[in-house]
Amino acid sequence: MFVLIVGAGRVGSAVAQSMLSQGHDVSVLDEDPLSHERLDAGLPSSWEEAGGRFTVGQGIELEALREAGIEDADVFIASTDGDNTNLVIAQVAQRKFQVRTVIARVMDPARATWFAEQGVRTICPTLEAISMFESAIGEVA
Amino acid sequence: MYVVVAGGGKVGWNLARELIEKGHEVTLLEQVRDRYLTIEEELEHAVQYGDATEMWVLERAGIQRAELVVAVTGDDEDNILICQVAREKYDVQRTIARVNNPRNRELFELLGVAPVVSATDLILRLIEHEVPSFGLVHLLDLHSERLEIVEVEVTPTSPAAGARVADVAMPDGSLIISVLRSGAGFVPKADTVIEAGDEVLIVLDPGLEDGITRLFTTAAA
Repeated sequence: MFVLIVGAGRVGSAVAQSMLSQGHDVSVLDEDPLSHERLDAGLPSSWEEAGGRFTVGQGIELEALREAGIEDADVFIASTDGDNTNLVIAQVAQRKFQVRTVIARVMDPARATWFAEQGVRTICPTLEAISMFESAIGEVA
Repeated sequence: MYVVVAGGGKVGWNLARELIEKGHEVTLLEQVRDRYLTIEEELEHAVQYGDATEMWVLERAGIQRAELVVAVTGDDEDNILICQVAREKYDVQRTIARVNNPRNRELFELLGVAPVVSATDLILRLIEHEVPSFGLVHLLDLHSERLEIVEVEVTPTSPAAGARVADVAMPDGSLIISVLRSGAGFVPKADTVIEAGDEVLIVLDPGLEDGITRLFTTAAA
């Protein structure tokens, strides 16, 4: 399976490393060249040596997406630090490049919920945290 | 008309002021607190503090009853999102979005956000209009209707100069609709002879520009 991840922050880079270690092809796109360090972290040599791909560029630039291999991607993960960027590029991946599985990280519960209803698969860490707090409080109450 | 303007930069603030002066009801949304406070001194209750990509901010601004939403923040993703949500979630009939980076124009179209305004494109049009060496001037682009109107000045050595309108080999999907000569425009007939120096208005399907240019202008060697 070929996984394209846009945004190599804590979440994106961790998912990238774990997908690679499971034997998938993984390509990462991030506008910050320094984010590559997070991909190298913990690896014996480098991200590329381990078989990963890395492209510097913005997720909303179609050329950058193509360079990172979106036309061959089976899975597209939008995990930049911007909710709106993630929602826009996820829809681009779906509509323009027909990527089969598209997942966007969206911090704002309202946007995550509404866009999920429109057919964009979203993961909302804020909603996850809320429910974890609720169940943690429920255990002691 | 009730208008919600997202983004209180130079464009948004001036737009809000102009619309208010024309008698429209306006809510301007600005997410930077200092900027909001500055604008609030002038526009008072017509400006609200908040991120216009947050649904509760839009709802507080009364987006449900807005007849027009104008997204003019400095961020293209935000402008796309605001217009998309306004149309699809709140049934706003009309939206206008600003394109900051012309390379993102395709994304607006892809997500159904139209019409769009790009300052770079507008300035480029002005340059085309002011500098005749560009040959072809876009007067009107209706992207979704796939229709354009262009203006071109006929050069002396071009195939069209001295030819009757009926004899100019216009590509299918294009039509000469007006000729400007000596400061006056007229609708040409089939036997009107096109002269060098005429400015010709042509309606055409997008993509035919190069063929049109070759007919009416001859590039200097």
